[in-house]
Amino acid sequence: MGKRTVIPFGPQHPVLPEPIHLDLVIEDETVVEAIPSIGFIHRGLEKLVEKNEWPEMVYVIERVCGICSFGHGWGYCKSVEGNLGITVPPRAEYLRTIWHELGRIHSHLLWLGLLADGFGFESLFMHTWRIRESVLDIFEETTGGRVIFSVCKVGGVRRDVSNEKLAEIAKMLDGIRKETEELSSVFLDDISVKNRLVGVGTLSEQEAIDLCAVGPVARGSGVNNDVRYDGHGAYPELGFEAILEDGGDCYARCKVRVREVFQSMDLIKKAIEIMPDGDIDIKIKGNPEGEFVGRMEQPRGEAYYYSKGDGSKFLKRMRVRTPTNANIPALVKTLQGCDLADVPMLVLTIDPCISCTER
Amino acid sequence: MSERKDLIQEFVSVPAPELLETVSDIKTEGYRLGQICATTMGDTIEALYSFEKDCVLKNLKVELPAANAELHSITAIYWPAFIYENEMHDLFGITFKNLALDYGGHFFKIAKKTPWNPQAQEESKGGEA
Repeated sequence: MGKRTVIPFGPQHPVLPEPIHLDLVIEDETVVEAIPSIGFIHRGLEKLVEKNEWPEMVYVIERVCGICSFGHGWGYCKSVEGNLGITVPPRAEYLRTIWHELGRIHSHLLWLGLLADGFGFESLFMHTWRIRESVLDIFEETTGGRVIFSVCKVGGVRRDVSNEKLAEIAKMLDGIRKETEELSSVFLDDISVKNRLVGVGTLSEQEAIDLCAVGPVARGSGVNNDVRYDGHGAYPELGFEAILEDGGDCYARCKVRVREVFQSMDLIKKAIEIMPDGDIDIKIKGNPEGEFVGRMEQPRGEAYYYSKGDGSKFLKRMRVRTPTNANIPALVKTLQGCDLADVPMLVLTIDPCISCTER
Repeated sequence: MSERKDLIQEFVSVPAPELLETVSDIKTEGYRLGQICATTMGDTIEALYSFEKDCVLKNLKVELPAANAELHSITAIYWPAFIYENEMHDLFGITFKNLALDYGGHFFKIAKKTPWNPQAQEESKGGEA
């Protein structure tokens, strides 16, 4: 048995845009144990329900994350709508689905860029983020914002998008697809990339189930717990099928995200094709009185939104459980037995969003 | 086309002493842990455990007194619960017995002293005196 040493990883580290800390117990060059620490930038956003009326809280919840902000806004609205027992007009559900899937493309491209940066492929990183800019342009044209959109509200959406603009978006996506295809072959076929990802940090299907992993981390191990099956948004009409890989390693998690970028483009185009006409919101009477757990499939995985009301303008409780929270146990497990040099890749492939975690 | 399965939600009240047994049964049925959280309800705290299987969401509610709130940890059944239980300890002052990975009140590394639950802060002051 080699000498045991504890190596601190983070909270500041080149692969971590946000602070998370790991105490890595290593034996020679092998990690034998990892103890995670979060909580460096806890913001207490959930507690703001005591000061903000429930229609205003959507602006707060959107700010849980700067990458999947639309999804968080939608998740909050879904939870309160469930609490109020209201049904949102179909056109609003389609628009929400389109914006949410655009968010997934933008999030996965951002992650692919960070991965390329993590293994030192700078030009790949820059090209990936250049493509991502086009997605942000679509957001700006349709919502007025590039990071925080404020278009989702309880009962529907605040803005409609004309059918002409939607047709234009479909054309823009064709261009984005062509560029992404060129880059995806580098992520999936380049030998130098594969050397860093294949066989690294393997999480078996059973481990993913036992550790309650979510999102691409679970789907990369063949576990299908994609929330888009639960009948919300336009997904049931779009023929959605979850993307699964069975390798369970960093490469499988990367492949799931690459495939999901193209899947999201297909889902958006299909939604544009069969978009119903009609209202984009409904008028709401009364205040939430009861409780409801809403779930969303964020780009990083399943998120929970629990709302509890007492009939007043202020919710009694708003709980957001983000995907990174759920994937930290899986990260700790996959780190055990890996080489110290592979730790950055492993941490990256759960796509940690500490901003979400420290809501 | 994917089959539409609308999410079914169940809320079930469980007495604190029966929590471990109930969670163990849920695990045997094949549910996965979704989340755990707490809500302050005046003199009581309500802990909510959510489990999911095939679009069925089972939510267990456990009511506790806000002062000296204590629960059995479920980490022996669902190890990932340590994240939520440490969070509930720091934010709501709930003590968990047999917690597999106990951060001892240092899960949140911030300047403000935890737990933030007013009753638990009073107890802490009383203990210091």
